[in-house]
Amino acid sequence: MADLKPVRTYLGMPLYRPKTAFFELSSCEGCQLQLLNNEASLLDFLSLLDIVNFREAMTEKSDEFEIAFIEGSVTRSDEVERLKEIRKTANTLVAFGSCACFGGVNQMKNRLGSEWVKKEVYGDHPVESGFARPLEDIVTVDLKIFGCPIKKKEVEKIIINIALGKAVVHPVYPVCMECKANENICLFDLGEPCLGPITRGGCDSWCPNSRFGCWGCRGPADDANIDQLREIMKKHGFSEETLRDRLECFGGFSKYTEAFRKNPEKKKEGK
Amino acid sequence: MKITTNINIHHLARVEGHGNIRIKIQDGRLQEAKWEIVETPRFFEALLVGKKWENAPWICGRICGICSIGHTLASIRAIENAFGIVPTNQTRKLRLLLKHMETLQSHILHLYFLSAPDFLGTGSVFPLMESQPDVVRRAVRIKQLANDICDCIGGRRIHPTRTIVGGFTMLPEKKELEAFRSRLKEITGDLLITAELFQTFHIPDFTRETEFVSLKGDSEYPFIGGDLISTDGVTKKEQEYRQMTNEYCVDQSTSKWARLSRKSFAVGALARLNNNFSFLHPAAREIADRFSLKPVNHNPFMNNIAQLVESVHVVNESLALVDEILDSAWEEPKQTVTPQSGVGVGAVEVPRGILYHCYEFNDTGHILKCDCVIPTSQNHANIQFDLEELAAHYAKTGKQDREIELLAQMLVRAYDPCISCSVH
Ligand code: SF4
Ligand code: SF4
Ligand code: SF4
Repeated sequence: MADLKPVRTYLGMPLYRPKTAFFELSSCEGCQLQLLNNEASLLDFLSLLDIVNFREAMTEKSDEFEIAFIEGSVTRSDEVERLKEIRKTANTLVAFGSCACFGGVNQMKNRLGSEWVKKEVYGDHPVESGFARPLEDIVTVDLKIFGCPIKKKEVEKIIINIALGKAVVHPVYPVCMECKANENICLFDLGEPCLGPITRGGCDSWCPNSRFGCWGCRGPADDANIDQLREIMKKHGFSEETLRDRLECFGGFSKYTEAFRKNPEKKKEGK
Repeated sequence: MKITTNINIHHLARVEGHGNIRIKIQDGRLQEAKWEIVETPRFFEALLVGKKWENAPWICGRICGICSIGHTLASIRAIENAFGIVPTNQTRKLRLLLKHMETLQSHILHLYFLSAPDFLGTGSVFPLMESQPDVVRRAVRIKQLANDICDCIGGRRIHPTRTIVGGFTMLPEKKELEAFRSRLKEITGDLLITAELFQTFHIPDFTRETEFVSLKGDSEYPFIGGDLISTDGVTKKEQEYRQMTNEYCVDQSTSKWARLSRKSFAVGALARLNNNFSFLHPAAREIADRFSLKPVNHNPFMNNIAQLVESVHVVNESLALVDEILDSAWEEPKQTVTPQSGVGVGAVEVPRGILYHCYEFNDTGHILKCDCVIPTSQNHANIQFDLEELAAHYAKTGKQDREIELLAQMLVRAYDPCISCSVH
């Protein structure tokens, strides 16, 4: 699929198809699948990129690429090495999804300590696994794409910007803004908890649109006011535990959840 | 005759997750054939301990991006069984329709994007976009319909937002469902053309006798809950699933393995079909006949065809389900949930085979123990023994290295393994 000639134009400017590779570390592969999964725009989307590495979809692979999309968190030493290797080649390294950005659901095991979780699942059978970490604990990350899973529309916009050499900006406002624009009934009024007031927007209030409270998968909005949310939660009769469960689900709020729990291994295995 | 072959495939492509194939042949005799799982464990069963029940379906869906709906439904069923909640008919039907559409999108993803390139001699589906655009467009059309229906019922196609313990957060619009009816009808035509395409493929003629495990149908082809059955004559209750899986650890894999009456067994579309053939929709039965697929079939490559047959089955059954749902008035979307102490098991047939979730709760609904047994974990041992026999067989017949390598990859792909899921 190699093609270095500008094949498309966008607003009169030539668009190069950047050589792009996809990799996954510890993940559910859901973020990559989102790319194959939006059928209406799949074929258009694929034509924006020169995909040289996408193990989930193709046999061929190449070590030459400009952009690396990396899904998943880092939990094992071979992943640390792989990540460093990718960093050497990639001009642009993208943390793709909340596992890569914050550790994702995987980091929830960190609160329990590696030895205990290994014993709980594998008994005495030896396995290697450490603290689940976001990519930026190991390498420099040029761009983060938030979400569990990522939102395909947002990724398409981001990729067009990359191809045009434009800066990528994330929304600074919270999910609540989008939710109100979508004219949803607020979940608090329906008796459900929601992290919308403090979570970074960009998902178009994906969960509240389905009458399901936000769990904060995109991490904190700028100026996230946790204390204010705590008050709202309390007023509506939700426990501190309900707030904590949501805050610690995807790892984006780790600087707040550490006040809830002290992690025994953070010093040893963390950065 | 083969002198020496060394096949070493690191991170096999076009499967979900990370697995390696290693084959060593010397003087036409097999020295080693290994299916290694090197995926990193994520410890879902441990990280849920101490969490409240409501975390489980939301978090466990993240075990797998491809079958997140199936995981969510298995998790919900386990919790409902533990708390003594019986879903309403409306909830049952909507869940089954959602499940069918996940099965369809997953089977089509596998058949067209992961499996077909081997039969068409390409490394991926991408070159087909130029050489055979109709084929790709057809695949995309079927998948899109399946995913659109998942969005409509489950809130979104990956990591659903509307599926909760007790029912749904909200219900789809009836006019949306109405609109899907005609698209489902159109898709039946696309599936017939898909069958014609697969009839042109040469399915390797390889068999190794094994045991097949699945849910046991009572009056219909089973997908959500019920008794367990094997082709070797074992039957168990859903809550006795551990006696059906007998998981154990091995050195060559970070996923556990499973066994029952023999050294290995298989789960998935072929296993379901082998155990529940008589419950197939007549249109699906007709496709099975075209490929002379009938129980008990022991050719692992026929799992591809079983997926095709099931695709036809679920589309036809979905048409009937949509009609039934449209014919009845909407009831409350959800029931109230009152936690209680106890153990609950949820068995669900997900695209790659039978999946079990099991939780033990204290009286405040906090998780004391969690166990998830994944279809691909149950298949790993069977893949290993198939691989040994396949490599030995083709080494003897003096096949070229390249051919053995391709056949070995095709064998593993036929199981449609979901490796990160199996390690979880
Ligand atoms: S961020 Fe979520 S969807 Fe993406 S890989 Fe991680 S668990 Fe899967
Ligand atoms: S439902 Fe959530 S996101 Fe929407 S307005 Fe209420 S708090 Fe904000
Ligand atoms: S609503 Fe919250 S949990 Fe849902 S996708 Fe948006 S940020 Fe993530």
